[in-house]
Amino acid sequence: MCTGRIDPQFVLKAFEKGADGVLILGCHPGDCHYREGNYNALRRFHLLKKMLDQFGIEDGRFRLDWVSASEAEKFVGVINDMVKKVKALGPLKPAPPLPLSKKKGRGDIQAEAHG
Amino acid sequence: MAKPKVAFYWCASCGGCEESIIDLAENILKVIEAVEFVIFPVAMDFKMKDVEALHDREIAVSFINGGIRTEEQEHMAKLLRKKSGIVVAYGACAHLGGTPGLANFFNRDMIFDYVYRKAPSVENPHNITPKPRTAVKQGDLTLPKFYDTVFTLDQVIDVDYYLPGCAPPPDLIMKAIEAILSGNLPPKGSVLAPDKSLCHTCKRKPTKPEKAIIKEIRRVHEVLLDPDRCFLDQGIICMGPATRDGCGERCINANMPCRGCFGSTSRVEDQGAKFLSALASVIDANDENEIRKITASIVDPAGVFYFYSLPASMLRRRRNIANE
Repeated sequence: MCTGRIDPQFVLKAFEKGADGVLILGCHPGDCHYREGNYNALRRFHLLKKMLDQFGIEDGRFRLDWVSASEAEKFVGVINDMVKKVKALGPLKPAPPLPLSKKKGRGDIQAEAHG
Repeated sequence: MAKPKVAFYWCASCGGCEESIIDLAENILKVIEAVEFVIFPVAMDFKMKDVEALHDREIAVSFINGGIRTEEQEHMAKLLRKKSGIVVAYGACAHLGGTPGLANFFNRDMIFDYVYRKAPSVENPHNITPKPRTAVKQGDLTLPKFYDTVFTLDQVIDVDYYLPGCAPPPDLIMKAIEAILSGNLPPKGSVLAPDKSLCHTCKRKPTKPEKAIIKEIRRVHEVLLDPDRCFLDQGIICMGPATRDGCGERCINANMPCRGCFGSTSRVEDQGAKFLSALASVIDANDENEIRKITASIVDPAGVFYFYSLPASMLRRRRNIANE
């Protein structure tokens, strides 16, 4: 998927489902098949990173980097570094369980209602 | 024929939802004529035991406003659920957590520490903070437990309908009451408001930016606002693109940007994330340093993007502090 298609909701969903880190890897600026997808991702990334910090999701848990298909060495380096940082941070603390056991998010109910 | 019984109850809220009933003006007489209130703390002297004495589902409809942040609120929500045929989450706080839900960026200890110790107007030499149980010589005094996290009403009980807004506007309230009284109800789980974004009906829509144009984010007190031009086009954060329509644009008409009290449309799960996405796409910068600079000019992104919806968001609360 083009990094420009990554909705911030995807990143939040990953953390909501228990991911301890989210790594987005995209094509280098200037290499975008759609011209500007990765610039869009870059703008969202910086704003989302600042916002995630307010949610107590530390710096090392969310990263955007550029790796092209031919950069095997860089790919390995970025992954290893990310894994090292997330391991050092440990598991992300979950939100408390919801009092209503049969969890029905608002989205689910509305999706039902609007079919 | 006996009038249908109605409950109007408040939890973690400000009382503005009670005011919204007064805003019905002369229509309030029609409501009073048609229903019998069984609990309405701001206006009438009924107690919890009066509700306990009712049969299960004897209340036709309970309108509950406010989020849930104490043991007592949770208990009352569950009691009203048991005694009611229909429960309506009334107003932004019951629907999404509302502004009291911003407390989810903190926890109980941090809140008590500020409110009972550090706030400039507080003098508390004996370091007294609320405790669920305090022994005095006459016996034990109790207070409801204060939670680390604010919950939306539907995270605590099953909710049938949502009436959005801070506070809900009179026309939507009357429509909802008429629908309930006539039994002409939409599918369970519906938000009783249109399912389009605010921009859809906003009179400033013709000037809404369609491409990246913002070089700087500004705050409302820093500029003289043009009353006809899209706020985003003026570099002002307006939650309109990620917010449900139906409020009558009270804020926009008063030349203030939308803060998102109606929540998102049904197609969006996380209002704040969706707005973040919309805002990032109108920022006019491709250079990383410039993007950082513009991002830095947004002082409190989470607080603005989730002004009304933090407890209903995907992450729900700040994670790196203690919470039970």
